[in-house]
Order: sequence, then structure tokens, then C-alpha cells
Amino acid sequence: MTNHTHTKCEELLGSLSAYIDGDLNPELCQELEKHLAECDNCRIVLNTTKRTIDLVQTPLEKPDLPEDVRERLFHRLNLDNYLTPKPK
Amino acid sequence: MDRQPSNEISLEALIAGDRAEFARLVDTYSSPIYRLGLRMLGNPQDAEDVLQNTFLNALTHIQNFEGRSSLATWLYRIAANEALMLLRKKKPEVNIEEMEGEEDAEDVRPTQFVDWSALPEEELLSGEGKKALDAAVQQLPESLRIVFLLRDVEGLSIKETADALNLTETNVKTRLLRARMALREHLSAYYSERLPARSEK
Ligand SMILES: [Zn+2]
Repeated sequence: MTNHTHTKCEELLGSLSAYIDGDLNPELCQELEKHLAECDNCRIVLNTTKRTIDLVQTPLEKPDLPEDVRERLFHRLNLDNYLTPKPK
Repeated sequence: MDRQPSNEISLEALIAGDRAEFARLVDTYSSPIYRLGLRMLGNPQDAEDVLQNTFLNALTHIQNFEGRSSLATWLYRIAANEALMLLRKKKPEVNIEEMEGEEDAEDVRPTQFVDWSALPEEELLSGEGKKALDAAVQQLPESLRIVFLLRDVEGLSIKETADALNLTETNVKTRLLRARMALREHLSAYYSERLPARSEK
């Protein structure tokens, strides 16, 4: 038997992703926020999960297409005539 | 992905076979599609194949585009299929449709409880940190990785991701939770080791 708090954590864990997406129904949302206020571990899981998503969305993680790859793509598509400098 | 290109791509022009407009479509979406290929296949050569096949396919089928989804979602759908097809060819043992141990919540349960979220971005995305992040994404099973990339990296909605991958929205949400948790675990193990040295202020 796990103790009560622990069970609560696992129960709410499944809602964390939906909570981050703002996609959780109001009752569950309230229940989760109440739990977050008193549970360090769940708060850490929430913060680090959010941060993880932030990180993969940084411009550094979203590089543009290399110019040589772009040229070969245009060539393959018979679009050489439209290979103008890439609009910014 | 840029959802509002400075001037909107004209579907009418694309369907009418306007080459210049198709070139604009290519320039608008080639970066995210290349990125997706790179992260799914793990090497530039395969990513380029995915990229070229996606737009060749799009060029052939643009006439059949029914506008039930946005052009972006339609392209992602083609790209995801190309990536998964290539993946199957290279790694026949990979099963994209099935989630192994779907009922088993064990691997969603967090074990790392160190709060590294306040570490500055320069630290998190330093040369080494960036490598750790890429490696963490790479270790996600393909069936979770594709969902995570479309939703969290490229910013599609749950519904758009479901449409692009032919999955139900519930399935997308389940996979997304698992992907996010697995990635968080992995990164926590890495970043928490960076914490103690910096903790004395
Ligand atoms: Zn908790």
C-alpha cells in the first residue's frame, strides 16, 4: 500500500501534460493546483517539464535549412529558376 | 513554424501549377521539414531524402489537396509518412503504430526531483548541454518522438498532430505525456549534475 500523498501524485501526474497545455477541466485544474501548492516534488516535475518544452523551442534548437541542401532541393524539384536568395 | 507568412501562400495558384508559388511554399516549410527528418532519422543524408521526397510528393498531389487541414498540416503529414517509411526500411524492428507496454505507467513515473529549471539558458544550451538535449530527444522511441516533435518542437496543436499522424487526439495526448516525462527524466539526470557547483551564491 502506498501512502495517500504518493497515490495523489501519481493520480495527478497524468494530468500534468494537459495542464501545461491549458487543456485541463476546471475541477481537475483546481485539484492539481491545490496539490502543487503543497507538494514540492510535483512542483519540480511541473517546472522542469515546462522548462524542457521551452528549451526545445528556442531558436538555437530550430536551425534553418543549410543553403546547399536548399539548392539541391530546388534542383530536384526543377525549380532552379526560382532559386532566388531566400526571403527573410 | 511561421503560421502567418508575411503574405499567405495561394492555394489556387498552387493548384493551377504556379511554379513560383510552389517555390514559395518550399521556402516557407523546408526548414521545419528538414528539422523533423533530422530528428527522426538522426543524420543529414536521410533528412535530405525525407525533405526531397516530401516536396516531390506534394508537387504530385497538390491537385488532390482538399483543404480539410491547413497546408502546413498536410505537408507535415506527408513528411511524417516519408520519415516513418524510411525508418521502417532502415530499422524493420521499429514499430511505429504500437506503443510497447502502453498500459504500463511505470516509465512515466518520475524518479528525478531536482529543480534545474532556474538554470540560465546559456548553461542549459551550452555546447555540451545542447548535445545532452539532442541525445535525450534521440533516445525517445520513434512512436513518441514524432508526436513530441510535431507538437512541442514545431508547435502544431493536438488536433493538427492527430490529423498529421492519423491518430486519435487521446492517443496523441497519451504519447505526448509519455514523451515529455521521458525527456524530462533524461534531462534531469544530466542537468542536476550541473547544479551543485553553482548552488553556492
Ligand atoms: Zn505530488
